[in-house]
Amino acid sequence: MYAFDYHKPSSVADAVSALKGADDGKFVAGGQTLIPTLKQRLAQPSDLIDLGGIAELNGIAVSGDTVTVGAMTRHAAVAGSADVAGAIPALAALAGGIGDPQVRNRGTIGGSIANNDPAADYPAACLGLGATIKTSAREVSADDFFTGLFETDLAEDEIIVSVSFPKAEKAAYVKFDNPASRYALVGVFVAKTAGGVRVAVTGAGQDGVFRVPEMEQALAANWSPDAVAGIAVDPGTLNSDIHASAEYRSHLITVMAKRAVAAAG
Amino acid sequence: MPDGGTGIGAAVKRVEDKRFLTGRGTYTDDINRPGQTYAYILRSPQAHAKIDRIDTSAAASAPGVLAVFTGADMQVGSLPCGWQVHSKDGSPMHEPPHPPLAQGKVRCVGDQVAVVIAETYAQAKDAAEKIVVDYTPLPAVVDMNKALAGGTLVHDEIGTNLCYDWEIGDEGQIDEAFAKAAHVTKIDIVNNRLIPNAMEPRAAVGEYDRATGEYTLYTTSQNPHVIRLLMGAFVLSIPEHKLRVVAPDVGGGFGSKIYHYAEEAIVTWASSRVGRPIKWTAERSESFMSDAHGRDHITHAQLAMDSEGKFLALKVETKANMGAYLSTFASCVPTYLYATLLAGVYTTPLIYCNVKAIFTNTVPVDAYRGAGRPEATYLIERLVDRAAREIGLSQVEIRRRNFIPADAFPYQTPVALQYDSGNYTATLDAALKAADADGFAARKAASEAKGKRRGLGFSTYLEACGIAPSAVVGSLGARAGLYESAEVRVHPTGSVTVFTGAHSHGQGHETTFAQLVSEKLGLPMDNIEISHGDTNKVQFGMGTYGSRSLAVGGEAIVKALDKIIAKAKKIAAHVMEASEADIEFKDGNFTVAGTDKSMAFGEVALTAYVPHNFPHQELEPGLDEKAFYDPLNFTFPGGCHIAEVEVDPDTGVVKVERMTAVDDVGRVINPMIVAGQIHGGLAQGIGQALLEGCVYNEDGQLVTGSYMDYTMPRADNLPSFSVGTESTLCAHNSLGVKGCGEVGAIGSPPAVINAVVDALWDLGVRDMPMPANPQTVWKTIQSARPAAAAE
Ligand SMILES: Cc1cc2nc3c(=O)[nH]c(=O)nc-3n(C[C@H](O)[C@H](O)[C@H](O)COP(=O)(O)OP(=O)(O)OC[C@H]3O[C@@H](n4cnc5c(N)ncnc54)[C@H](O)[C@@H]3O)c2cc1C
Repeated sequence: MYAFDYHKPSSVADAVSALKGADDGKFVAGGQTLIPTLKQRLAQPSDLIDLGGIAELNGIAVSGDTVTVGAMTRHAAVAGSADVAGAIPALAALAGGIGDPQVRNRGTIGGSIANNDPAADYPAACLGLGATIKTSAREVSADDFFTGLFETDLAEDEIIVSVSFPKAEKAAYVKFDNPASRYALVGVFVAKTAGGVRVAVTGAGQDGVFRVPEMEQALAANWSPDAVAGIAVDPGTLNSDIHASAEYRSHLITVMAKRAVAAAG
Repeated sequence: MPDGGTGIGAAVKRVEDKRFLTGRGTYTDDINRPGQTYAYILRSPQAHAKIDRIDTSAAASAPGVLAVFTGADMQVGSLPCGWQVHSKDGSPMHEPPHPPLAQGKVRCVGDQVAVVIAETYAQAKDAAEKIVVDYTPLPAVVDMNKALAGGTLVHDEIGTNLCYDWEIGDEGQIDEAFAKAAHVTKIDIVNNRLIPNAMEPRAAVGEYDRATGEYTLYTTSQNPHVIRLLMGAFVLSIPEHKLRVVAPDVGGGFGSKIYHYAEEAIVTWASSRVGRPIKWTAERSESFMSDAHGRDHITHAQLAMDSEGKFLALKVETKANMGAYLSTFASCVPTYLYATLLAGVYTTPLIYCNVKAIFTNTVPVDAYRGAGRPEATYLIERLVDRAAREIGLSQVEIRRRNFIPADAFPYQTPVALQYDSGNYTATLDAALKAADADGFAARKAASEAKGKRRGLGFSTYLEACGIAPSAVVGSLGARAGLYESAEVRVHPTGSVTVFTGAHSHGQGHETTFAQLVSEKLGLPMDNIEISHGDTNKVQFGMGTYGSRSLAVGGEAIVKALDKIIAKAKKIAAHVMEASEADIEFKDGNFTVAGTDKSMAFGEVALTAYVPHNFPHQELEPGLDEKAFYDPLNFTFPGGCHIAEVEVDPDTGVVKVERMTAVDDVGRVINPMIVAGQIHGGLAQGIGQALLEGCVYNEDGQLVTGSYMDYTMPRADNLPSFSVGTESTLCAHNSLGVKGCGEVGAIGSPPAVINAVVDALWDLGVRDMPMPANPQTVWKTIQSARPAAAAE
């Protein structure tokens, strides 16, 4: 780890100006991705701006048909929230399946989606439910937010404030673990929402999380595992690594989609 | 056994666990010496390259830096190999130099190029970034077959990548037997390469005392005396009396901490140049690329049988990866610890094995929990499984027909070893019962009803441990004797310190060895201390590996205890004015036969040190005895492991539903520790079978260089184990002990893979590579389906 200056502002506005004032500043949330990166000397920010002191970024609120999760809310809090479990059980279950207890007690939803690791779980929930991401500057839909591998629509000095998920009539997330890292080798989020059926896949895409329109159409017509059984994502668009070839990932997407639909009931 | 049960056979709680579980162990990295500095080792990012130039000037003047050394500065001896193997043509193996710091060429990713010593570790690491190394990259050779074909040479000076071409047995005789066989089963096996991953990374602190000229090395070692000998005599030319090596608490070794590593030599050597103590601690990524790896064999084998399924002959050809350099014991692992085990538990009369050891541009490969014996066991048990299927015998029947009978011991195998005891039918029967093999069919039907597949896999295995008689290993090329030493020091008030040359790094010696003392001297555990790991305290030692600590080190302790009792009897006889022959010792008391005279052990101890009226011609003061014990033979634990797996054919996920191990480990001193050792071994064995696999790409880059890609077994990968012992006693040591440290890792991998093959046999699957991870299983099913349809 290289040396850096540390700041702990107590408001979003102060955090944004701290970042603007820094040579090459970085926000730090749970640190579960950023700190290992620093320890391996793969990044050398001049300043770290800790978002942990900003009260308004923390917490879960359910109002009407929306569950809003503050950016600094830990995975463990989402997993353990009775409100989330009542409103969108698939979201609570997804959070409970991230990493291990240590990671869940530190990692945050804001950090997870800002990082947009192609194997992360939350991006699948955001895209699968059609979430809205509120930032220090604007509101942006999940469809527009995730733009590529480790890429989002966020500006350098833009802070995620919260993520709002619409409740779904039916929803489920089924994850196939990478045997080593236990990130998603393939994760499929299916949801039947007011805005239609959505199917989002994480862990597999060359450009990160993506939707599968063919499965969405099939499920809109017939919400059953059989409806997606014959639909395969083109391996040409999928990742290949030592844990899974693109063909295996394509196969797993179909299997996980079937299981997710079955789990959603 | 004294009251409370702390002698042989008692499940005494491990005394060392109190300090380990409360975070009060002292590991090498916990040691901080006055004026200590820190080393950072610059490692090669290249798998194979010529070093044209190293510019250290900017690093040398960086903040906090005390010194920067490269291979040009560190001109010392080569890291030695402790075992010389001869090729079948009689020529000795190639032993290319293994310099602690690279000399003009790097041969694997992680090879040491330079060392920076600074006031803090961060400063050393910062400065290392300023070192400019100009490399001319060379093609890397990773694949053993390509390495054999020549072209790229890992070591130019030897003109080949073949380290040795060794054989055992008579190939001509074997070929005749094959010609007459009713059936021949053939198999191709890859024994996957593993990265050891001890919980504690390697570390070393080197210190030089200008006043005395003495060096001290604190290091994460399984055998500090061996390191003192190898580093002192071969690398740095420091005589033993000026070199102290301390291996304090060590957090797991599994073989990877046997070897003498470059970093140990570097910090020791540099400490006298810098004039201050130097600490180096591996980062986890360094462990992946600098700890010796394990296994990595490619084998073709054939088994000849008669019409009844009796084994007639076994022919094996193995290629074994040595990596870029010969590590300390690398050469003996695929030969004397592998091919000599190929009889297994069977009466196969003829065995031939050829082993080609090959250099590649990868990290050196050496012994890893089981060392050679897991490779042999995996080969035999996969082959037997396949043979049974081909000739239509059950897995149990083919084994029963070929077992060495319980009344055939001592049994001479065709591959040098003579087994002293065992009862393979007994362990098989006990395992079948414990595994509820009779209920398998019903469980299989239940799995199939869920769309899953279920399989049962067997491994009836044997291993050689308690390594080893010095005369035997010496005749096979070992450059060391493999005895062990002990000193039992009775203090004036009757408490005891035992100094042992064995080293505990998770095995619980402080408990097991103390139980031997408790049993023999009738003392409570609190009065006994086991001291190990410091060459300045312990007389000598060969260390801990090859499940030898109890069978060899424990025997040395017993021998010293017997001397203590003999001496104490003399003292008791003198004090009680009796004849020595009339003195009896039981439960900590010396009595005179036929009288009510008695003396407690503590009184005798006190008298030994307060010898006011000793007849000094006949009786020396003091009560302190040493013993060296050289075993008469290897010991031969064995047993039966049965795995039951459920496979999800849609995803390829294998779940181990049941894992049963019934092992013959000889006499059990502490059943709880034995169970713990077997649990750990099983976890590693299942890890090898289903999860772990080191991957290099064609350019020699280590793809599985972190836990993001290298799959360690975790608790939820494992079922609750059923372990038990069904022992025969070792016939040639006084305790009757055999060893239990490696059996779990040796016996289990073939049981697991045989179970996976069993589960998928009806889908046309005939073989399954390790690790049988989801992708591999799924792909194997996919490629078997057309074959199954065609059959
Ligand atoms: C061992 C391990 C296992 C894991 N397993 C999983 C898994 O199975 N599934 C999974 O999905 N994830 C997994 N993770 C990732 C983890 O869950 C976190 O979500 C992730 O590390 C990022 O969250 P964080 O709060 O730690 O962010 P940090 O590491 O603090 O930050 C990550 C990035 O996001 C930026 N950032 C953080 N917060 C904000 C914000 N509010 N606005 C703008 N930018 C921001 C930071 O500047 C940084 O660039 C794992 C991590 C570890 C260490």
